[in-house]
Amino acid sequence: MRRRRFLAASGVALASQALPVAAQRFQPAQDVGPLLEKLAGGKRPEPGGMKLEVPQIAENGNSVPLRIAVESPMTATSYVSAIHVVAERNPRPMVATFRLGPHSGRAEISTRIRLAGTQKLRVLAAMSDGHFRLGEVEVLVTSAACLDESL
Amino acid sequence: MLGRVQVPPKVKRGETFEVRVLIQHPMETGFRRDINGAVIPAHVVDRLVCRIAGREVFSAELGTGVAANPYIAFFARAEQGGPVEVEWSDDRGQKGRAVTTLDVG
Repeated sequence: MRRRRFLAASGVALASQALPVAAQRFQPAQDVGPLLEKLAGGKRPEPGGMKLEVPQIAENGNSVPLRIAVESPMTATSYVSAIHVVAERNPRPMVATFRLGPHSGRAEISTRIRLAGTQKLRVLAAMSDGHFRLGEVEVLVTSAACLDESL
Repeated sequence: MLGRVQVPPKVKRGETFEVRVLIQHPMETGFRRDINGAVIPAHVVDRLVCRIAGREVFSAELGTGVAANPYIAFFARAEQGGPVEVEWSDDRGQKGRAVTTLDVG
């Protein structure tokens, strides 16, 4: 009986110890609705209107290539003024904001981002006419950023 | 801070071309710990601006969600040749700059 109790107790102790600090910080998906609403100034974004290129399965969340191409003629009267990238499971969901203008010629951005786990990536594009577009893409991350504690 | 900007060697007037920027920076998130368990303080490039022939064509606000050694590629329309300047600063106030020349023919 004492042995059984000891095993149970040590099992619990081991389990809690084996969990690294980082895993305890492991984030569930946050509700990015308020953040998107703030970025869009309370307006309702239309879905689509852009192409998002990101690997379906990202092996390393520390560097995930991302290409955003928003459909727009990019003329002086109709252009994309800003592109916001939001990752719902990152500890800081606001990844980046890119500001373009009519002299950009093409509303296209390539970069590399960090993703803390499998999640839905959202891209909000602000159009010059005051409208917003929202693109979404699911990314499967096999090895998440922020969980690697080693140097 | 080290970084570089690349544009195609020659572009035609009115043509849209890609500008590629690569910055050497740790982009430390502030969520990592060192070997002694001490938090490694956050250190990120948070602002980047690109000017072509003195006119601002692109800017970006970055955060900890951008991978280390940030790579950013964007487009610009060639209106006139001149210097392509990219300037960035990090959250510690350090600034970096990279310049190349755009040849519009």
